[in-house]
Amino acid sequence: MIRYILQRLLLLPFLLVAFSIVVFAIVQAPPGDFLTTYVATLASSGTSISAEHIAALRHEYGLDQPVVVQYLRWMQNLLSGNLGLSLEYQRPNAELIGEQLALTVVLALFAFVVTWIVAVPAGIYSATHQRSAFDYVFTVINYVGVATPNFLLALVLMWVAFAYFGIGITGLFSSEFVNVPWSLARVVDLLQHVWLPALVLGIAGTARLTRVMRANLLDELNKPYVMTARAKGLKEWRLVLRYPVRLAFNPLVSTIGWYLPQLFSGSLIVATVMNLPNIGPLLLRALINQDMYLAGAILLIYCFLTIIGTLISDILLAWLDPRIRMEN
Amino acid sequence: MVAATPVTSEAEERISVASNWTLVWWRFRKHRLALFSAAVLIGFYAVVLCPDFFSTQDPELTDARQAFIPVQGLHLLDDNGFNPWVPSVAGKRNPVTLRMEWTTDPERKVRAGFFVPGYSYRLFGLIQTKLHFVGAIDQGQRIFLLGSDRLGRDQWSRIMHATQTSMTIGLVAVTLSVILGVVLGGISGYFGGLADQVIQRMIELLQSVPTIPIWLALSAALPRDWTPQQVFFAITVILSLVGWTTLGREVRGRFLALREEDFVLAADLAGASQARIILRHMVPTFLSHIIATSSLAIPVMIISETSLSFLGLGIRPPAISWGVLLQEAQNIQTLALAPWLLTPGLLVIVAVLAFNLVGDGLRDASDPYSH
Repeated sequence: MIRYILQRLLLLPFLLVAFSIVVFAIVQAPPGDFLTTYVATLASSGTSISAEHIAALRHEYGLDQPVVVQYLRWMQNLLSGNLGLSLEYQRPNAELIGEQLALTVVLALFAFVVTWIVAVPAGIYSATHQRSAFDYVFTVINYVGVATPNFLLALVLMWVAFAYFGIGITGLFSSEFVNVPWSLARVVDLLQHVWLPALVLGIAGTARLTRVMRANLLDELNKPYVMTARAKGLKEWRLVLRYPVRLAFNPLVSTIGWYLPQLFSGSLIVATVMNLPNIGPLLLRALINQDMYLAGAILLIYCFLTIIGTLISDILLAWLDPRIRMEN
Repeated sequence: MVAATPVTSEAEERISVASNWTLVWWRFRKHRLALFSAAVLIGFYAVVLCPDFFSTQDPELTDARQAFIPVQGLHLLDDNGFNPWVPSVAGKRNPVTLRMEWTTDPERKVRAGFFVPGYSYRLFGLIQTKLHFVGAIDQGQRIFLLGSDRLGRDQWSRIMHATQTSMTIGLVAVTLSVILGVVLGGISGYFGGLADQVIQRMIELLQSVPTIPIWLALSAALPRDWTPQQVFFAITVILSLVGWTTLGREVRGRFLALREEDFVLAADLAGASQARIILRHMVPTFLSHIIATSSLAIPVMIISETSLSFLGLGIRPPAISWGVLLQEAQNIQTLALAPWLLTPGLLVIVAVLAFNLVGDGLRDASDPYSH
């Protein structure tokens, strides 16, 4: 078990180096650099900037160096824990990302919890009450849930809330808590706001998990051991929860590996639509303005979160399933 | 077997001589919902073939005085039987907000009809024609079956053109990823060794990439001065870059299993070339499976494209796609004023739903062990 985890952990740095190269190549790829965009923005607002000044700035940011040198300098900074300076905001990237990263993770984890709390009971009910009215209702909701893009659901909810109830449901905090330091009241306020975005973010996953849970449980319910237990007079709900549900659970745990990373990525779109203070909108802005070090840092963080998500699921699965644990 | 009556043996014979595809079709036919969804998809692709025919007016025709006209619902019947019409609209400027306020008036009917002349276009890019599926009888009259947007463009006609882009992207991107998946997965599974190692590591790397952020970064890297056609092609490539990995894995697994089968050995001994063994003997055994998997991959592509375009990093105006249209609905105040701007979202849901149902039906039908 420990060897298995260590093996996975050893792979981590290699993956991160591979990703850092890919990420740098991508943020470096657009024609021109931050200064070209910057000059264009200035020109459109009517101010101009001298050629010498641009050259000086370019030298200062190291944008006149060959790509390889730029990459190595970036990596050097990263390894010493320095995420670099945002070209646009003129502030350290670490500071810009800081709190928003925590909110990204909180949102994804909330969505995850919502998903499981809804999906597992719904799946169990659907399987044990196959072809009942609720089973059909769940099935329809599942199909529509999978088919609805996140941002569309967010849009519809925001529109309904605004048009029929006259309230805005954007943001993660009430207006009086947006720019204040953390306190208990602020946490409570966050908890009041986070569940709706979490629901929007988790709906597609909930639908998928319910289907997986239902299908797995249906397979188990037809097996002879269930009939034996029933013949011995075990109470139905106790029987179902104690044996088949546990077996049907395993494949579900193995989905965490792709689901958790998907939540981190997916929160990007929901955050943009619902105006949440999350690293998603920050990334979008950085990409459009070619603020390459900020974009690079955020992309690497997404990669890191994805790898961690996969790692957690591998470990959980090995812990739950002896067949994987005993492989070595 | 001995006790089989003549009746069942006749039915059995029908099954035993039927080709694999016939068997798949028979099983698919039993799925009512999948069959219905397939019909819906055929309808979608009819629009894809010639969106102009289904449009009522030029999708780019703007008129600021006709902004945010509400939905003029198409009515098929009036007091004298079949006689299509839409209610007319009348606008009045609100003296306080200075905004045009439109009211529909069912008493004053605008005559509409099917297969009527309208603006001129080229059918399939070849035949010059003016014929449209539906439109106003009076050619000078603009009718807005799904309302108009902030520039007074006709939402209905724009949706028809958006359907063409969005549905094509899904199809092209999946075709690309099937080609990549089958070729690379095939090489990996059939030849094994170093090629297998390299391709497997590549798949692992691609699968641990956070898709949406990387897609966004790649689309942001596309030069701003590219033509809509170039952007369209680039987006499909970006979408299929990650999409092929799942299929690649499955194909590899199939090849690994089939490589040891007797019929492959037999073909090899009979002197068949490697290409012939792969294409003639191995691929057909899992072709139906590939088709089912890819029809389940198309909706993912459609949702991805819509999301990218919605964020302003996918298809860009003047090209029209569902995501581009939904960008107009980004502002909640606008949306409260003109809820019909959300209609492209409905089409996304219907299309994705239909693809998922057809895909499920195909998957069940192509699996010989299903009941």
